[in-house]
Amino acid sequence: MLEQVKPGVWVRIHIVILSPAERAPGIPSDTASHPYEGWINGWLVEAARVGDRTTIRTLSGRLVLGTLVEARPGYTHGFGRPHPTLLAVGPSLKKLLEDEAD
Amino acid sequence: MGYAETMARKSEILFRATGLDYREFSHGPLAFDYEAMMERVGYPPEEMRRIQSAAGVGNTPMLELRRLTEAIRRTSPPGKGARTFVKDEACNPSGSFKDRRASISAFHARKTGYEGIIAATSGNYGAAVASQAAMYGLRCIIVQEAFDSRGGGQPEILEKGRKCEALGAEVIQTTVGPELFYVLLSLLEETGYFNASLYTPFSVAGIESLGEEIAEQARRLAGRNPDVVAVTHAGGGNITGTARGLKRAGCSNTTLLAVSVDLSGLHMASDRDFNRKSFTTGHTGFAMPFTSWPDRADVPRNAARSLRYIDRFVTVTQGEVFYATEALAQLEGLERGPAGNTSLAAAMAVAREMDRDQVLVVSETEYTGAGKHPTAQLAFAEQMGIEVESGDPRANVPGRRIVVPRDLSQMAVVDVDLDRLRESFVHRAAQEVGRALDEREIEFLAAETRSTPERVRRWLPRRTES
Repeated sequence: MLEQVKPGVWVRIHIVILSPAERAPGIPSDTASHPYEGWINGWLVEAARVGDRTTIRTLSGRLVLGTLVEARPGYTHGFGRPHPTLLAVGPSLKKLLEDEAD
Repeated sequence: MGYAETMARKSEILFRATGLDYREFSHGPLAFDYEAMMERVGYPPEEMRRIQSAAGVGNTPMLELRRLTEAIRRTSPPGKGARTFVKDEACNPSGSFKDRRASISAFHARKTGYEGIIAATSGNYGAAVASQAAMYGLRCIIVQEAFDSRGGGQPEILEKGRKCEALGAEVIQTTVGPELFYVLLSLLEETGYFNASLYTPFSVAGIESLGEEIAEQARRLAGRNPDVVAVTHAGGGNITGTARGLKRAGCSNTTLLAVSVDLSGLHMASDRDFNRKSFTTGHTGFAMPFTSWPDRADVPRNAARSLRYIDRFVTVTQGEVFYATEALAQLEGLERGPAGNTSLAAAMAVAREMDRDQVLVVSETEYTGAGKHPTAQLAFAEQMGIEVESGDPRANVPGRRIVVPRDLSQMAVVDVDLDRLRESFVHRAAQEVGRALDEREIEFLAAETRSTPERVRRWLPRRTES
């Protein structure tokens, strides 16, 4: 049994905005075959479990109904590993300036 | 409310969400009085600068890139290599020139009694709207196209989502699709908030101060008007606003150089292609359609009309922009975001064609951070199966291979044929009107394409010739 998330906890919900059949006409088939989905963060209004249909209060104060996907969602994007192609740029430009020119 | 029902009420919803009645400037389905719209709807230039200054927007430093200029001169023919400057727009409150656009919209929304403000954007504009909303005590919602159907998100977009939330905005992140507009309309209708579209006169006129400052600072620092101003080009607002400001400040001979990242071959509404591009704005996927037909925006009349102002339009590759970003960091000590350096990449090639006493100004930088950084972008590209290598940037293939130049002399630009875009503009106009064009419409198209009625007639498809 999944742990119950308490009201007032910062969570993330998932919503299906349009089913594939309801999507805009004329979009590429690789896009049209999927539903149009969305994710919103906010404070949980009533206790719920991941997977439950539930309501959140968002940062703008709206109440939005969706499926609870995560409690206390975070930001995981970072910088990645320095790439060899980028590491080479600085030294080559500095060498260009240091070399006797003109 | 269903998709079709909401879309059918588009005009009504958009009218209430800005209070702007575009009909008073229109003469039939095509022609409208662009200058009257810009004058009557917006605020006088001095007032816009006062509004921006009070919100901490604008008055950013212009920096001479001395070491970069020297490096460019060492790869240029004798006597060539323009003095290159950059306007450090990253110094704006939310880290980009987009604060200039958001500031006038937020000011106007507050003044006219809206409780909140909404924008649909995956770019820096979201952070700008969120920041200005916070300053004016407005509620704020940002809608972002953020994920493909497998849940994969561009690190750059995820960072912008984080920043909007940090500034107090509700962020709705969606999967790929033009239905972003439907979400925007639904939210405008539900909340009654102001539509901080990128394409209202407020948003476009807000950039005019950037052009004015560039003119003033170039005269102060270099003793002359800029010979070339390089502007990153997507939806057309940046070019339009900057050019209008430069012209007002008396720079009638300055060449407006529009620059876009070449993403040809990638479809903007494709779920598969979505994460195979390393740039989310400033690219040809926006620039080509918006240059050749601006009225595809979330307002009835787009105030950003770039063909009226562009003197030269070039593309650069993704790898060249990453190279320029590294060069700016390592030679000038300015670590800035890659998307804002699109015009810098072109400047590094174009400065080589110019004389040493000439002045080239790059119109903006943007903030950088986790996700919004060349290392993050290349790591993500490799994860998506894109090859990344050093070499000749001409070997670049959008969505398949990114080539970071090995040395400065490999930086180059590819010219876009403006006449082809003008012709396409005229064709689309004829198609929209669906009958022979009258004289007023021909004149309007001549102004829109900076050409003559004779040329417009030549570009018209035969059946609609007047």
